[in-house]
Amino acid sequence: MRALDKKLFRDIRRLWAQALAIAAVLSVGVMIMVMAFGTQRSLTETRDTFYDRARFADIWSSAARAPKTLVEEIAAIPGVARVEARISQFAVLDLPDMSDPAMAQILSIPASGEPVMNALIVKEGRLPGFGRRDEVVVNEAFALAHDYGPGDGFSVTLNGQKREVRITGVVLSPEFIYTIGPGSIMPDDERFGILWMAEDVIAAAFNLSGAFNSVTLSVTRGTDLEPVRDDLEALLKPYGGTGSYARDQQVSNAFLDGELEQLDVMARIVPPIFLVVSAFLVNMVLGRLIQLEREQIGLLKALGYSTGEIAAHYLKLSLGIGAIGVVIGWLMGLAASQAMASVYVEYFHFPYLVFVQRPSVYVIGAAAGLLAALVGAMMAVRRVVGLSPAVAMSPPAPTRFRRGLFDRLIQVMRPQQPTMMILRAIGRWPLRAALTSLGISISAAIIVAGLFMFDSFDELLDVAFVQANRQDAILEFAIERPEAVLDAVENLPGVMRAEGSLSIPVRLHHGHLTRTIGIEAARPGNDLVRVFDGDDRVEVAPEHGLVLAKRLADHLDADIGDILEVEFLQEGDTRYRVPITGTVAQFFGLSAYMDMETASGILGHMPRLSLANVEIDDARREELFEAVKASPAISGITYMSEVRRGFDETIAESAGITLTVYTFMAALIAIGVVYNSARIQLSERARELASLRILGFTKGEVSYILLGELFILTLVAIPVGLVMGYGMAAGMVESFKSDLYALPLIVTDTTYWRAAGVVAGATIVSALIVRRRIDRMDLVAVMKTRE
Amino acid sequence: MANGMNRVFHTTGITKVYRTGEVDVHALRGVDAELYTGEFTVLLGASGSGKSTLLNILGGLDHASAGQAWFRDQELTAMSERELTRYRREHVGFVFQFYNLVPSLTARENVALVTEIAKNPMKPEEALERVGLTHRLDHFPAEMSGGEQQRVAIARAIAKRPEVLLCDEPTGALDSNTGVQVLDALEKINAELGTSTIVITHNAGIRKMAHRVVHFADGNIAQVVTNDSRIAPSEIEW
Repeated sequence: MRALDKKLFRDIRRLWAQALAIAAVLSVGVMIMVMAFGTQRSLTETRDTFYDRARFADIWSSAARAPKTLVEEIAAIPGVARVEARISQFAVLDLPDMSDPAMAQILSIPASGEPVMNALIVKEGRLPGFGRRDEVVVNEAFALAHDYGPGDGFSVTLNGQKREVRITGVVLSPEFIYTIGPGSIMPDDERFGILWMAEDVIAAAFNLSGAFNSVTLSVTRGTDLEPVRDDLEALLKPYGGTGSYARDQQVSNAFLDGELEQLDVMARIVPPIFLVVSAFLVNMVLGRLIQLEREQIGLLKALGYSTGEIAAHYLKLSLGIGAIGVVIGWLMGLAASQAMASVYVEYFHFPYLVFVQRPSVYVIGAAAGLLAALVGAMMAVRRVVGLSPAVAMSPPAPTRFRRGLFDRLIQVMRPQQPTMMILRAIGRWPLRAALTSLGISISAAIIVAGLFMFDSFDELLDVAFVQANRQDAILEFAIERPEAVLDAVENLPGVMRAEGSLSIPVRLHHGHLTRTIGIEAARPGNDLVRVFDGDDRVEVAPEHGLVLAKRLADHLDADIGDILEVEFLQEGDTRYRVPITGTVAQFFGLSAYMDMETASGILGHMPRLSLANVEIDDARREELFEAVKASPAISGITYMSEVRRGFDETIAESAGITLTVYTFMAALIAIGVVYNSARIQLSERARELASLRILGFTKGEVSYILLGELFILTLVAIPVGLVMGYGMAAGMVESFKSDLYALPLIVTDTTYWRAAGVVAGATIVSALIVRRRIDRMDLVAVMKTRE
Repeated sequence: MANGMNRVFHTTGITKVYRTGEVDVHALRGVDAELYTGEFTVLLGASGSGKSTLLNILGGLDHASAGQAWFRDQELTAMSERELTRYRREHVGFVFQFYNLVPSLTARENVALVTEIAKNPMKPEEALERVGLTHRLDHFPAEMSGGEQQRVAIARAIAKRPEVLLCDEPTGALDSNTGVQVLDALEKINAELGTSTIVITHNAGIRKMAHRVVHFADGNIAQVVTNDSRIAPSEIEW
């Protein structure tokens, strides 16, 4: 090995603590890149392959009852490649292993034996036979939640008829990679399942022979979806069509997209922060090293080493640090990818989720990590180039302190000499002080950005479950019922109060913007489900007007006072002009609210209900469940406390991990920055501090001079970091916003204090480590060395 | 005298002006000098008399403000940075007052630093043997005395078989005992390898071991003395 390279290795070994502090920060950047990019790619590829093999549809639509003869007309729409007409219904399940009623979406399997689109992957058993009234297949998540397999049975209420069915197979479907029941906000595989039965069986049960109520389409490559959807809706309208949607609004796919988007944001935003901080640290440490080794550099030049060779030597040093960071980052990235994979396996149901460890991801991670180290080094090494050998070997002139504005300001404050030294040092290297402070700020910001989500979830839960949805359960009717049905509901055992609402599929138009949604029509006196405007006041839909979720209003670029054109999808083509009378904060879905009388008036029928919200006497819960399971009119039940429990569990599961991970990442940055700053200060000022010790200053006083600057910088950095964190949180809320959900931007004082505490703690720990070095300083040796 | 007529360095009107803050410092004021192959030359003079500046220019470490300097028939003052690096690499050995060893490298490795980039070097072990440090090969600078460190520096300087050896106060930081050891080493190299050696010193005693002594004062040469008889380093009065 060349002598210069030996120096390199010994330098790294000597600077191990600083090198490791930098490498650790760098490794987090590499880890997140490897993990997020790797996971995102694997997930995207798995999804695309699955969609492709299973012939995932492009367009979905539904109607009340459309004749099968319509299929040919749909197939004739230009651009349509395949059409599949089917039957989709909701039903209540009575499971032998659970007293609560569960709910299922039931889909038909065509007479041909297999769907032409959205093919089912049979994991176990077989598909149901044609005409077999008692055979079903279930989605794998549901089967796993109950430990069901072929041969197991339960009962299902089909259009009021309770019948025993037997599982013949367990399947996966591209439509249900992520399964979430209607009205739910989290998957609950125990209480919501997907069932497939032979078409003739369901058709007979729901009186839909020769008809369909759900249709899926695939189009030829490159077809514009909008005209196809328009034609499809026009064809279905006479049969109670409820509008159509494409993949972007298909629930399972939309959740998957949301997840991919988050991974993408994570891969693009987070690593650069860590890489920039490590570049800064490399610059700082190498800059100091080069300054300390001026004489050696001069010597090497005198010996005939070229500037390039010497620069290369220091760049190699930074690459060495970078390489350590990259390797740690790789290992952590590998572990994190596997952890992510296990999370995805839990929530997303793919036939296979291949986490290929793609070399390219590791190469990109390594390239980014090494580049960061190199860029940081480059800026420091520039100084080597300019150094003339004769100048390099003579000791550097004392740093020039100027009497600038800042200095005069300091003097006005009349501090004691040690404090003066601290302030002058900040004033002398303002850029370095600012960057150090910024690094510490980033650390605080990361904690705020990582932990604010729990504040937001708290708010969201409070709004969703305490203020807005105060019902204990939602009962869904198989078909719309007149309002009088509420009396029957209130007569169910355990029901103390019932209120109804009607969901009406509409298309809203504002200028060229349109949105297909469901309007919730309810009576003004309803109290179990309430909506709120931004200031937490209860907002009641007025007699003639529409109240919109704020995000929906934003989508339509509309505000209070604007007139929307409302097209009722189950009616004629008439567009009704309705003013927006209010907007409400809403975190799940995109809804609009209307007064029941107004809606019924437009629809031209007596008020009808599609669901009832009920308040339950908990003691009689079991009785109610039995009644619901037996009731033909109820096609579904959502038990709110279960929804809440699912949500709480999921959050609690991730809260501990998230807290640890973010605190760890932030502490790494804080320690990396503060420790390196302190070490550099110590090295620059060793003589000065030793002189002070010789003059009779105590160790404490000397430490104050050295560490005081860092404490001041940390003190400045924390509030700045908290503000930055709030900004990052706002950015995250914005980027997570989708049609499915939105997070409120809430950062509590606890989160701010926690962030400040972690950063202050990291500063103190770093300071204590360096303080030990001050205490051990050999005064004679320090004074003897020539600087 | 055959040697004497063979010039290794000569300069004409070399001037060096440093600008420090508001003041111009004239380190050299038009120096005309001639130094000869194989000779042991001592540059004497008070601090600030310009001898170090001249040595730095001759060694290719610094640029002259005006005037010309030649190494044999190559004009140093006309060389680019790259050419100067090459010149130092191939022809010049340096010894400094503060040894300037790389602290993280052992004696052998400090010498290897040079032998690795030289064209026809001696082995690091041979160079260290010439300065009497065979027993210190694997010691780090911090484990050696000042005299030993300086001898490592000399070994490092001569390992590439340079034509000239430039020493700036090589004994400046040493006591008389170790100083003599270092001078012995220099004298031996000069005699055995015929390396032209230029030594800057404050110590007037050292002049007696030189072939030629150049006295500096106020940025110029005040006097050049040729010694008819030289004394051994051990006889120098410190």
